[in-house]
Amino acid sequence: MTGIVPAIAMTEIRLGSRNRWVLLAAAALTLFAMVLGFIGAAPTGTVKTGALTVTVASLATLSVYLVPLMALLLSFDAIAGEVERGTIQLILASPASKPALIAGKFLGHIAILGFAIITGFGLTGGVIWLMAGGSDDGVWALARLIATSIGLGAAFLAIGYIASSLARQSGTAAALAVGIWLVAVVLYDLALFSALVADADGLFAKSVFPWLLLVNPADAFRLFNMSLLESASGVSEIATALPFPAWTGILSLAFWTVAAFFLSAQFLRKLEP
Amino acid sequence: MTGPLLHVDAVSKSFRSVRALENVCLSVNPGERLALLGHNGAGKTTLFRLILGFTGLSAGKIAIDGERPGSGKARRSVAYLPENVTFPKLLTGREILKFYLRLKDCPADQVAGLLDRVGLTDAADRYVGTYSKGMRQRLGLAQALAGAPRLMLLDEPTSGLDPLSRQQFYGLVDEVAATGSSVLLSSHGLSELEARTDRVVILNRGKIVADAPLDELQAKSNAPLRIRVKTRADSIEQVSAELGGKRINGQSVELECPVPEKMARLAAISSLGSLVTDFDVTQPSLDDVYRHYSESLDGRNQK
Repeated sequence: MTGIVPAIAMTEIRLGSRNRWVLLAAAALTLFAMVLGFIGAAPTGTVKTGALTVTVASLATLSVYLVPLMALLLSFDAIAGEVERGTIQLILASPASKPALIAGKFLGHIAILGFAIITGFGLTGGVIWLMAGGSDDGVWALARLIATSIGLGAAFLAIGYIASSLARQSGTAAALAVGIWLVAVVLYDLALFSALVADADGLFAKSVFPWLLLVNPADAFRLFNMSLLESASGVSEIATALPFPAWTGILSLAFWTVAAFFLSAQFLRKLEP
Repeated sequence: MTGPLLHVDAVSKSFRSVRALENVCLSVNPGERLALLGHNGAGKTTLFRLILGFTGLSAGKIAIDGERPGSGKARRSVAYLPENVTFPKLLTGREILKFYLRLKDCPADQVAGLLDRVGLTDAADRYVGTYSKGMRQRLGLAQALAGAPRLMLLDEPTSGLDPLSRQQFYGLVDEVAATGSSVLLSSHGLSELEARTDRVVILNRGKIVADAPLDELQAKSNAPLRIRVKTRADSIEQVSAELGGKRINGQSVELECPVPEKMARLAAISSLGSLVTDFDVTQPSLDDVYRHYSESLDGRNQK
C-alpha cells in the first residue's frame, strides 16, 4: 500500500521529464526571472535597499502570474487526460484507490513545479547576489519567496484537479483551467481595484478589502511576501494596515490546498472509469 | 476454498432507460476457465465493470472470494485486461510493468520473467508509443499476470491479435488456470475458444441464454453436422438425387444432418459405392451453436 503513491508520483515525474515539461517550465521561469531581476536591479545601485531584496519583490509579482498558470497547466490533464486516453481503467483496477491516484499525481506535480521554481528563482537570486550583493535579509526573503511560491503552486495544482475531475475531457478541463487562472489572477484584482476606486468613504478599503485579498490564494501569497519586504517601496503601508498578521496569507494557501484536494477527491468518487 | 471464487447473483444494471444486464447469475470456480460470449452491446463489458466495482449495481449481488467488488481485498485478487488497453506513450514497456508491479505490491524482480513470458523482452526498453496493438495487448497481459491474481478478467483479449499471438495468448491463459487462478474472458471470436474453456456462458441483450460446457451446448442446440460428399464428375446428378442436399460445385454435395441420424446417413453414402470419391464430416462449430441460442431468443422476443 505504501508504494502506490510514490510509484504514481515517480511515473508523473518521469513523464514530465520525457515530454520536456520540466525543462520548459524551468527555462521559462528562469528567463522571466532573469529579465525581471536585471530590470529591477539596474536603477538601485547605491540605495540602501539591497539589490536582492528588490529582485525578490519583482519575482513575487512574476510568481503571482506565472506559478498558478504553470500549476493549472500541469494539473488540468491529471484525471481528464487519463480518462480520455483510457489509462485510468487499469490503474483503478489495481489496488490503487482514487485518492491515492490524485495524491501521487500531486506529489509528482509539486516536485516538477518545485524544481522549476527553485531553478528559476534560485539561479536569478544567485546571479544578482554575486553581481550586486545583498544582505542576509535578502537571502531570507528569497528563500521565503521560493517556499511560498511552491505553496502557491500547491494550491493551484489542487484547484486544477477539481477542474480535471469535473470535466473528464481534456479540452474542457483545459478551458476550465484557463478560466480559473483568468478569474483568480487577473479579473479578481481588477474587480477589487474598481471597488477601491468607487469606495468613497474608505469603509470597504479598511474592513472588507483585506479579507477579500486573503480569500484569493494568489493575493494571499502576494500579501504575505510584500508585507514582509518592509523596505521594498510603498507596499508596506498596506501591510501595516492589515487587520490580521501577515502569516495568515500562508494559512490561506494551506487551506486552499487541503480543501481543493479533498473536493477533487470527492468529485473523483463519482467517476466511473 | 470450496465455494465459487466469483459469484454473480441476480444482477441487473440499467443506464437510464437502457437495461444493460437483466437478472444475470453466474459463478466461476477456482481454476475454471469461463468464456463469456455475446455480440457487441450484449453486456459483457458492463458485467466486467460491475465485477471490478467501477460502477454500481442496480439490483443483485456480486462477491469475489466473499468480498464486495471494488473493495481493497477484491482489487488485490482480481486482474483486469481491458479490450483496448492503453498506456502512456512515452514510457517503455519495462517501466510500465514496473509501475503496475509497484501498484500491486509485487517485487520488482518479476519484471524480466513476466516480459519473457509474454515475449516482450526484446522490445522492453522501447517506448510503448512504438508498440503494435498485439504488443500492447501482451504488455497488458503481463501486468494482469503479475502477482498471481485469483481471478483474471480478460475483455476481448484476442481481438486484433494475429493467429500466432492468439495461440500463445491462450497458452498463457492455460498456464494461469493450471496454477489455480480462475479466468473469465469475453469474446465474439468464437472459433479459437473451443478447446480452451471449461464452460461457456452466452449473453444476449443483457440476459444469459446458455451456461454449460461446450459439448453440452452443442448437443442441446441440435445444430446439424455438415457432411460434404465428393462425387465423380459424371455422377453428381445421381448422387444429389439420392441424398438430397445442395450442390456446391460440379463435384460436391453438402448435406445437413442431425447428430442422431449420423450413422444412417453414412450408410446411405457408402451404399452409393464408386459414385462417391470422398467425404468430410464437420462438427457444428461454436458459431452454429451461438447462432442457435441468439436466434431462438430473438425469435421469442419478436413473437
